[in-house]
Amino acid sequence: MDSTALITALVDALPGVGLETSPTIDLQPTIYAPGGHLTGVALALRDRADLRFDALIEVTAVDVWPREPRFELVYTLLSTVHRHRMRLKVRLEGSGAHVATVSAIWPAANWLEREVWDLFGIVFDGHPDLRRLLMPEDWEGHPLRKDYPVQIRMTPRTSEALQMTAEEFKANVAKDRQSRGGQGRPE
Amino acid sequence: MGLEAEIPVLTTTVEKMVQWARRSSIWPVTFGLACCAIEMMAMSCSRYDIARFGAEVFRGSPRQSDLMIVAGRLSRKMAPALRRIYDQMPEPKWVISMGACASIGGVFDNYALVQGVDQVVPVDVYVPGCPPRPEALIYGIVQLQKKISEQRLA
Repeated sequence: MDSTALITALVDALPGVGLETSPTIDLQPTIYAPGGHLTGVALALRDRADLRFDALIEVTAVDVWPREPRFELVYTLLSTVHRHRMRLKVRLEGSGAHVATVSAIWPAANWLEREVWDLFGIVFDGHPDLRRLLMPEDWEGHPLRKDYPVQIRMTPRTSEALQMTAEEFKANVAKDRQSRGGQGRPE
Repeated sequence: MGLEAEIPVLTTTVEKMVQWARRSSIWPVTFGLACCAIEMMAMSCSRYDIARFGAEVFRGSPRQSDLMIVAGRLSRKMAPALRRIYDQMPEPKWVISMGACASIGGVFDNYALVQGVDQVVPVDVYVPGCPPRPEALIYGIVQLQKKISEQRLA
């Protein structure tokens, strides 16, 4: 299926959604979808017999700060059945950027969306486990935003070495042995 | 050490003996962070052969190691892990900061990396380079050996 046929099929499948196409250098079909319709578009892409995009390869984002709409989400899709690929893009406003999750449609989106939230701060509504993936758990801010201070100076956080007395150590060993049902080396 | 001509004995002091033993068997912990680790591995292999200086036994456990070669850039997320491995090493222990990234952050002047591992662990020898040649790291280990042989017991 060439790119115009694919785009025609998609526009047929989703009347009234307001899909936009975009010219690309690499000739890979690229479609802009409105953020509110992302779930419907994703379901159509996955389930329609002539589209069958069953694999989500990558989710990433582009920050074009200070222009608005600030963020552009990019979903790269692959159909292992028809062997075609496409890009699905979603434009998002900068303040309180959020979009529906597609992790129920493509399970691969779970970690990819976590990564995008971690680095860009785009919230995925309905995501089952939106935690930081790459940055430390207690990190503040979203480093790939263009207005993030890249050369920020911070003292690295490290934990103190565990200090314990001989009695506490023996008690810990005994507790550990007990939890394994009395197995282990005798004293 | 004084070598007696007739009797086959060596006389020395306990301090010199301990210094000699320590500097002749510096066992590094197997710990590589980035591309510098490739040069560290090259140093331990037969072409450069750090076994000539007694430091070829890379241990898989920090509890058996004397030396930590911080080979590569240290991310802020990795810093607590590096500190923990250092804390698990028994005394006496030494640290070599290998390469520009480990020493001052290198080209990565950004939020993600620790700008010098001396913020996390005490460093004995800094080896410059990006990455340092294996010869440079061997030179660093020889400098550490000199440092160890000047370390007093009391």
